[in-house]
Amino acid sequence: MTERTIAVDYLARVEGEGALTVRIQDQRVEDVKLRIFEPPRFFEAFLRGRSYLEAPDITARICGICPVAYQMSSCHAMEHALEMRVDGMIRELRRLLYCGEWIESHTLHVYLLHLPDFLGLPDAVRLAKDHPEAVRRGLALKKAGNHLMQVLGGREIHPINVRVGGFYRCPTVDELGALRPELETALGLAEETVRFVAKLPLPDVAEDYEFVSLRHEHEYPLNEGEIVSSRGLRIPVTDYESAFEEVQVPHSTALHSVRKGGGSYLVGPLARYALNHDRLGPRARAAAKEAGISDVVRNPAQSVVVRAVEVVYACEEALRILDAYERPAEPFVPPPETRTARVGMAATEAPRGTLYHRYRLDPGGLIAEAKIVAPTSQNQRRIEDDLRHVVERSLAMDEPALTDACERAIRHHDPCISCSTHFLRLTVERS
Amino acid sequence: MLATPHRPRLAVWKFASCDGCQLSILDLEDELLALAGRIEIANFREASSAVLDGPYDLSLVEGSITTREDAKRIREVRAQSKVLVTIGACATAGGIQALRNFANIDEFRRAVYARPEYIETLATSTPIADHVPVDHELRGCPISKSQLLEMVGAFLQERAPNTPNESVCIECKRRGNVCVLVARGTPCLGPVTQAGCGAICPAFSRGCYGCFGPQGSPNVASMLTELHRLGMTAPEVRRVFRTFNAGAPAFRTASEFAVEATDAKEGAP
Repeated sequence: MTERTIAVDYLARVEGEGALTVRIQDQRVEDVKLRIFEPPRFFEAFLRGRSYLEAPDITARICGICPVAYQMSSCHAMEHALEMRVDGMIRELRRLLYCGEWIESHTLHVYLLHLPDFLGLPDAVRLAKDHPEAVRRGLALKKAGNHLMQVLGGREIHPINVRVGGFYRCPTVDELGALRPELETALGLAEETVRFVAKLPLPDVAEDYEFVSLRHEHEYPLNEGEIVSSRGLRIPVTDYESAFEEVQVPHSTALHSVRKGGGSYLVGPLARYALNHDRLGPRARAAAKEAGISDVVRNPAQSVVVRAVEVVYACEEALRILDAYERPAEPFVPPPETRTARVGMAATEAPRGTLYHRYRLDPGGLIAEAKIVAPTSQNQRRIEDDLRHVVERSLAMDEPALTDACERAIRHHDPCISCSTHFLRLTVERS
Repeated sequence: MLATPHRPRLAVWKFASCDGCQLSILDLEDELLALAGRIEIANFREASSAVLDGPYDLSLVEGSITTREDAKRIREVRAQSKVLVTIGACATAGGIQALRNFANIDEFRRAVYARPEYIETLATSTPIADHVPVDHELRGCPISKSQLLEMVGAFLQERAPNTPNESVCIECKRRGNVCVLVARGTPCLGPVTQAGCGAICPAFSRGCYGCFGPQGSPNVASMLTELHRLGMTAPEVRRVFRTFNAGAPAFRTASEFAVEATDAKEGAP
């Protein structure tokens, strides 16, 4: 009997702190554990007693890579609780800010975190030596996303301009218009990115995912939509908790989310694209076609292409919003007085996938209960399934090669461990 | 042929945090490659899978100490670092997660987890300087990219970094912002908050919420009086000081003073 253990003590090029243990016995994969040892920060606990107006600024701090997603899900959840409707240009500006985050976050992953894997290099600095034009393109594209967030949000990390009901200050037409040349350039860079990553030597694998994402009547989903899955689920966001549940597993650090009565599922670019490719803009659709990817991509490595296609979409959508922009008379819809206890929930599409928030408010508008389900905690179990398959396919590999293959399989899904562990740390499981 | 000059070795460390401050390094799109030419990125897990062993010439530390292992790990980091700089509100004041310092951690654990016994954590979130000597700190939630560049530049030039501890008010004046507090009666922590962000919030018609923590000599008593005068209740004042720098002494004192004021009014013991 032979037993092998693959252990990666500290995953690199992911956000947050994670580790991996795989146990192989007699050529069979016995166990796969993606451990997350990010220290708990207890957001859901200390949100209690805070005003509903504070949730966007506080929950942004769950993740420095996708703060806008937290701001958006919390604003929409509060507006749902207060029966507010935010429409028109304010709604468009929210979409625009989200486009900035998608461009910035996806480009960070494509060029700085993911690309080195396909070219056998440890990081983007080494990459810049062999492929200087690619790294320069990535940095310029990422900067365009960050610049958009700066102009509209005040800064790129933890923007200060978002509030329940809208914004503190809406930009002037000229301020937004000044972004146009940079975003047009960015659109071209994004299209080049799709062509570039489509030519990468990608491993040819296919996983049988249940894809889950928002789907909107006529938009590629960002802020709104129903929750749909590739296996026929179709529910309003308010029913989220009837279809999905979080379970605490003793081996890992983050809560795992599963389909009730079912198993793992996948959120994020592959899921959004599979369920919404017909809602992409013309430039993104053309880029996907040119890259030769099908309407449903089941190869996790190909997520690099889908992410790039979504960056094309985010650029063209940003330009569409810029061109139609008129400055609203008021920067926000004033929230009504709160006199009764209320519950509100919302889901939006963070770069890494669906982000669900639910809040119970007391009659004075203070948060009595908060529940936040981050994309990575939803994907964690599915990533373990991928890993099991990677190991099964690669049993003949020596330890360093197998370890490397596992790390890459994790990075395909751009896990954000700071998010998924909004709270949790597990003590070591003893057997 | 010229010998390659010695490049100082940089390490970036993460403790309890959101990753936003270390992301600021990768957000230096115009400077990143030039920087990598002047300084060797020897240990930066979020950006590279190539990790070189210490010692390191410059360590940037993000995050606060919330577990026993991290309290041990930060001492190891200090031992391997010639210069140690804390980056951001978590590292300099304990961060938003320091709200546990005002609560019961067992209750927090039970509130979030079905199996609280799995969760190992300290009862407090504390800044790095409570555990090891710190050579310099960069404030902010998140830090400012220009202050980060100034600090790294100063390190390379072997001089002290220029990161003044004046108030946000000074930056507002420089930027030409209309004072939101005086002109509109918007509660603003600018007078007691350290500069560095560029007075972004007032520029967006919003009061400063103190994410850079207390300035060098904050007049907290006067700030409390002003916030009450503007109509904020004691619980609101307490909350406004209990955010990302809740653990910074001046803000903690302000929030505790606000609690006492409420208790006195409500006749509590």
